[in-house]
Amino acid sequence: MGVSRREFLKLAGLTAALGLGTGTAFELLAPGQVEAGEYLRSENALKAKQWALVFDVKKCLEHGEDCRICIDACINEHNIPQFDNPLHEIKWIWKDLYRHAFTDMDNEYVNDFYKDKPFVLLCNHCGEPPCVRVCPTQATFKRPDGIVMQDLHRCIGCRFCMAACPYGSRNFNWLDPRPHIVHYNPKYPTRRRGVVEKCIFCNEKIDLGLRPVCVDACPVGAIIFGDLYDPNSPVRQVLRKRFSIRRKLELGTKPSMFYLI
Amino acid sequence: MLEKILQGDRRYWIWVSFLLVVIGIGFACYVYQCYTGLGITGMSRETSWGLYIAQFTLMVGIAASGLMVVIPKLLHHYKKFIDLVMFGEFMAIAAVVMALLFVIIDVGQPMRLFNMVLHPTPHSMLFYDMIVLNGYLLINIIVGYNTMIADWKGVPPPRWIIPVAYLGVPWAVAIHTVTAFLYCGLPARHLWHSALMAPKFLAGAFCSGPALLMLILFMVEKVTGYAPTDDEGYQTLAKIVLYAAIIDLFFIFCEFFTAFYSNIPDEKAPLIYMFFGLHGYHRLMPLMRTSLFCGVLGIILLLVPSWRRNRVLLSIACFAIFMWMWLEKGFGLVIGGFIPDPFGRITQYTPTLPECAIVLGVWAIGALIITFLYKMGIAAKRDGQRM
Repeated sequence: MGVSRREFLKLAGLTAALGLGTGTAFELLAPGQVEAGEYLRSENALKAKQWALVFDVKKCLEHGEDCRICIDACINEHNIPQFDNPLHEIKWIWKDLYRHAFTDMDNEYVNDFYKDKPFVLLCNHCGEPPCVRVCPTQATFKRPDGIVMQDLHRCIGCRFCMAACPYGSRNFNWLDPRPHIVHYNPKYPTRRRGVVEKCIFCNEKIDLGLRPVCVDACPVGAIIFGDLYDPNSPVRQVLRKRFSIRRKLELGTKPSMFYLI
Repeated sequence: MLEKILQGDRRYWIWVSFLLVVIGIGFACYVYQCYTGLGITGMSRETSWGLYIAQFTLMVGIAASGLMVVIPKLLHHYKKFIDLVMFGEFMAIAAVVMALLFVIIDVGQPMRLFNMVLHPTPHSMLFYDMIVLNGYLLINIIVGYNTMIADWKGVPPPRWIIPVAYLGVPWAVAIHTVTAFLYCGLPARHLWHSALMAPKFLAGAFCSGPALLMLILFMVEKVTGYAPTDDEGYQTLAKIVLYAAIIDLFFIFCEFFTAFYSNIPDEKAPLIYMFFGLHGYHRLMPLMRTSLFCGVLGIILLLVPSWRRNRVLLSIACFAIFMWMWLEKGFGLVIGGFIPDPFGRITQYTPTLPECAIVLGVWAIGALIITFLYKMGIAAKRDGQRM
């Protein structure tokens, strides 16, 4: 006789362990050749070391505290579902009051102009993102241009990144998001339940040489877009001239969203 | 050995069928969750981990506590624990399986779990958690199974399992340390961001685990008449529970002192929410206060030698200590970490019915594993060809 049942099981177990082990070793020693998101990039793609946004809060507030143009543009572009239940909300870009946005500078004697006024919030595309550090599958990762990107086909939905994000920028699809899309945009993929999502800095636009949707949507040009590492970029030019604040700097996350005061 | 699982009296089969029914209900709810999404739970954008991950944390502790029966036997050759070790290891096996199941039911895309192996990520603490938990399961299966077979055959356990058993000692510490590191390494959550997390987890594990083991063994003794150790052995175990519980209570005091004397609002806020209620929200308050009451009650009952020697009071003390950890580590600590959220707001969390049914199902699976393993273990100890 060839092999006994016991030997066969041993052999099968060993082969399985070997197969998984070698795959792991290969990935560790020679990481995958093609990075996710590299297929799409065109020759016109905008290049940077760290994309950043500067929000001219004064301009934004003067235009109107209830203005939702940048938010709605993003929702319609990226098929962001609108849930009625606040527990299941998905937010890529949204507004919140000064004292909630800047909990670390919750100054009760702040001047009347900023007190209880809404600030535009989104993923900070951190220089040192805690969400990337904790992700067990590298489903969320930092692109060479600084965008904190995510591979929604790899995400296992463990929500470690949500616990790690100090800015509350991450969302989980608690239910199937597709029935809750108000204006469907066939050019952008929809998501499924059980994965985490957030603002991706319009990487699909940047890779085609275009600017993020919120930047172009703002009717008063209150959102300034550029490379943080280029001293001549519009972002750096305005940051040299005016006083800016960033959210929770003391955590060492190096947020890339600036707010001009 | 396995045939022992299929031999039992009426009570045994009623118990097994009861567990199977609970597992069935839990599984049905899990299928519902798989098809609808985790939205059927009470979790939210703000409280993104709930009962599942909290119970996972508790069960890692119960698993690690096997150490408290292994060390006296392995390192101090304490004779009273010789037969106890196997039962400690069997409880650890059930606890690790439950811990792993709690993670599996919590992820949104369980069919993608192997992505953690396909894309190993050494900078993620979950990567290490996967390694230490599965490794610990393997160690306990190897040592527990071989001890049982040796008992059955009436021979001493093979010598080669001794180094494996020794490896289990630091490994047990590792599983709970890595689990604490999941939490304390996050910049966003002030309650968890404490160097005391790992020591506190270990102290909590070393009192709640042996307490649960004693409760199970008392029940086993009632049902089968078999006791793996005598009163002296249980007294030793009770003292271990007592010391660990006092250390854990001391750590809680340290956490309170650091937060309140420094008067840093972010550090105080979650503790205030948990124990006193914050901005009119106090859903966790009754649970946390009960948990602390249970802890103190358990310690007092164990502290007085004559009370500790009373089997009824000892059982109450063990139950109190276990409930303390169940409420604190298995619920409050994880939920409290999310409140207030990064915006300083409060979104409270209540588990839903299907969520609780799934958790009960996992507990029933754990109970079934313990039932089967103990059934085999007791048969080996009793009817084995021991000289």
